[in-house]
Amino acid sequence: MKALRFTALGYLAALILVPVGVIFYRTFERGVDAAWHSVTTPEAQHAFWLTLLMVVIAVPLNTLFGVTTALLLERRRFRGKSVLNSLIDLPFAVSPVVVGLALILLYGRTGWFGDWFADHGIRIIFSVPGMVLATIFVCLPFVVREVQPVLREIGTEQEEAARTLGASPAQTFWRITLPAIRLGVGYGVVLSTARALGEFGAVAVVSGHISGVTETATLRVQDRFESFDPVGAYSASVVLALMGAAVLLTMNILERRRRKVA
Amino acid sequence: MASLPARPAIAARVPLAGGVVVLYLSVIVLLPLAAVTAKAFDGGLGEFWEQVTQPQAVAALKLTIGVSLIVTAINVVMGTLIAWVLVRDEFRGKGFVNMLIDLPFALPTIVAGLTLLALYGSRSPVGLNVAYTRVGLAMALLFVTLPFVVRAVQPTLQEVDRDMEEAAASLGAGPWTTFRRIVLPNLRPAIVAGSSLAFARALGEFGSVVLISGNLPYKTEVGSVYIFGQIENDNVTGAAAVSVVLLLAAVLLLAAAGRIGRR
Repeated sequence: MKALRFTALGYLAALILVPVGVIFYRTFERGVDAAWHSVTTPEAQHAFWLTLLMVVIAVPLNTLFGVTTALLLERRRFRGKSVLNSLIDLPFAVSPVVVGLALILLYGRTGWFGDWFADHGIRIIFSVPGMVLATIFVCLPFVVREVQPVLREIGTEQEEAARTLGASPAQTFWRITLPAIRLGVGYGVVLSTARALGEFGAVAVVSGHISGVTETATLRVQDRFESFDPVGAYSASVVLALMGAAVLLTMNILERRRRKVA
Repeated sequence: MASLPARPAIAARVPLAGGVVVLYLSVIVLLPLAAVTAKAFDGGLGEFWEQVTQPQAVAALKLTIGVSLIVTAINVVMGTLIAWVLVRDEFRGKGFVNMLIDLPFALPTIVAGLTLLALYGSRSPVGLNVAYTRVGLAMALLFVTLPFVVRAVQPTLQEVDRDMEEAAASLGAGPWTTFRRIVLPNLRPAIVAGSSLAFARALGEFGSVVLISGNLPYKTEVGSVYIFGQIENDNVTGAAAVSVVLLLAAVLLLAAAGRIGRR
């Protein structure tokens, strides 16, 4: 048993824990000031702001879509249900780069809708709307997939009781269903947030990398690294890693509550 | 559901909600993927075939599949082992280790690549430089795919009835035999589910490999990086053709895994 434990822990340390530790060390090895300065330049602040904007648009939209879709899939019967169910997973099977390419083929200069948007003076590719679309694409399945099993597990008894006692569908949803699935929704929201914060490939293809305009935090990490500014790359990474740590803690808290409920 | 009396209010809403859901999914996911597929076959099957059989594309696709297979195999072994240790072993700091498993989901992929490069790159404090090599590429993929098998196997292992194991042990089976003959068959569906997700993720991964692999054609350039390069070189048809191959591989794999999982 000891050998197994050491193998498992050694693997995790070498692959994850120590590398992440080194990033923190490298960030501050030339002092806190340099790192602090690097993440507070106007370009850096804009990059973090843009990343938050992606989250604030993509996550609520996907949460609405996710809860509605999960309810349809678990509570209703309709034709094409299994097709819809399997299509939800598609974003997990698509490389982020392909997502970016797809958006260029739709909204780019020579894309399907390129002319229409150009005529109306709307820029999607190499601009924020394209980056938002890319982010929505990559984090679409999370809420559906977290809420669905919870809906299945709680069953329909309470909802039916509420309905026979005269509650309207809206009342039943707000008073019975939503409180029962809230931890699942929360977990899905956290996973979507993490993915939206960290998305790189899809956004990289459609952003055009204009520092201070279409550069998110993850794109900035690459830009700083390739511009031979390691402190810039490491310090932006540390900020992103701290956001990731916040995500982890929230996941942990939700998981514990879920276990208590179960 | 069916046993309830008719509910006209809801019945009227289902088509509306259903319509909105289908529209959203179409605009966000289906239409873009249709555009990629259409572009790939823009110049006919011949042009598609020519694009995917470009030597550099073939090398990238072969490397992608090969390294994804290796990474998945390592994940099967290490993921199951880690899940086993987390469920059956007791040690201090287990809660922390358990939380650490999800870190690759919480950490941006570009940061994952950079962290590996900081420890195993040219300025490596441990004297191990895997930057711009296939080993570095595999490590990046191992990092981002770590949670899949662990998180699939862990709950199953928690639920496994230990009576059978104890019976096997009392009848004289060694720990390895007990694991192989009793535990492993129970875990197989979870391992298949987790490892196919890991494989699909490895096929398309971009952010974590872009810094550490160095993107050397014929050596460390994987499919997603090749597609990115073709977009930048304005060979959109070539990019779309290779995209379709990757997409098809991932979709078929996940569908097959879904069938095995249901059995």
